[in-house]
Amino acid sequence: MKTGFYPGCSLNGTSPEYAQSTLALSKAFGITPVEISDWSCCGATAAHNLNHELAVALPARVLALAEQQGFSQILVPCAACYNRLSVTQHALNGSEEQRNALAKTLQMPLSGKLRILNVMQFIEEFIAEKIAEKIVTPFAHKVACYYGCLLVRPHSVLQFDRPEDPQSMDALMAKIGATPISWGYKTECCGAGFSISRTDVVAKLSGKIVKDATERGAEAIIVACPMCQSNLDMRRPHIDSYLKMKTSIPVIYITQAIGLAVGISRKELGLEKLFVPAKNF
Amino acid sequence: MSEKKELTSEIRAATGVNVNRCYQCGKCSAGCALNESMDYPPSVVMRMLQTNSAESFDKTLRSQSIWLCASCQCCIARCPMQIDIPRLMDYLRARALEKKTVNRNSKKIVAFHRAFLDSVKYTGRLYEVGLVVGYKARTLSLLQDLSVAPRMLMKGKLPLIPERVKGRKLVKKFFQP
Repeated sequence: MKTGFYPGCSLNGTSPEYAQSTLALSKAFGITPVEISDWSCCGATAAHNLNHELAVALPARVLALAEQQGFSQILVPCAACYNRLSVTQHALNGSEEQRNALAKTLQMPLSGKLRILNVMQFIEEFIAEKIAEKIVTPFAHKVACYYGCLLVRPHSVLQFDRPEDPQSMDALMAKIGATPISWGYKTECCGAGFSISRTDVVAKLSGKIVKDATERGAEAIIVACPMCQSNLDMRRPHIDSYLKMKTSIPVIYITQAIGLAVGISRKELGLEKLFVPAKNF
Repeated sequence: MSEKKELTSEIRAATGVNVNRCYQCGKCSAGCALNESMDYPPSVVMRMLQTNSAESFDKTLRSQSIWLCASCQCCIARCPMQIDIPRLMDYLRARALEKKTVNRNSKKIVAFHRAFLDSVKYTGRLYEVGLVVGYKARTLSLLQDLSVAPRMLMKGKLPLIPERVKGRKLVKKFFQP
């Protein structure tokens, strides 16, 4: 079965290492997700903040393109895109009228039956079983698995893991030899799309996350969302000045962590692209 | 009395959310990550809507809270009545834009969203440089983040050339009301 790949704008722009590491990891396990041709933006936070119709139409185009190109399932590593696409498909399945109208505008099929996989679901389905035999260097570190908001909420739509204290990432990290810590900020908001418009809010919210992970002895924060990653990583100078302390805990994508464990090179995984250096890994 | 009926049913018709189901337990406010920065915590916004008064409704439309809501979905996850507060916030934002009652201290947030969507409107995808230029022009915050840009460039995290989607004409159509 052909799996489509929806990078979305973040993986295509500010977070190339997430795309790189996802594809490198897939390749190492013999899978080649195929990029959805001519994909467009899902609308992200901006669309649903300003214009409800737009917030449905933009993801609908992506879903329709995927169907038209013969994919029955797509991998969406960005948690925000994953959320927008899933919420849209769910909403359209609740309103046949709207779905038909959009399919007509788009002049593409919109069956509403696409499987939309986040990165953890993808790894669980295609990679997890074979991880043990491929491990070269166990990822023997204490880690704080940070899920953020959009991977697990709203649960009624996403039906993935559980909305409080999720476990899927912890389980995957344990598989590569890591020790996931128990901590309080797994699904607390990092400040999301306020990185530019309210950097102070991001510094504070992300600051609490970095502080808790650090104080509980984690050596890295593991993430599966480019927005969370850039808030916790690129905004570290703002975070440190909010916390009034210098923190050095790196923020690593789950695909990079697993990639390292199975022997993929640091360069292929884009580790040098992280702002807070991951030198001990 | 007629006004009383109108507001809550108007909200319900537009969003499917019945604000009267909220019994003010306060779990949404307790869990809200942005609560401390808001003028009215989510449960208070709910109460203001329940009162049905035009005055309270207007206050919610002028509040900072509706723009500070990050749609993290924590409130609905913990709401014993599963009330879709994030959907309500989307609705209130749309109404505030329509009525031109955007909170003065939230204009930068709106400017960011607008600059983001402008970029998507013309190319079909987000073009970060265009977003930042558009945002700075709208807010006159010309000096913000000047030190980050070169580091992003060095790490290959700031593509300079926008990518244009073939189907961008259709995408642009979505933006027309």
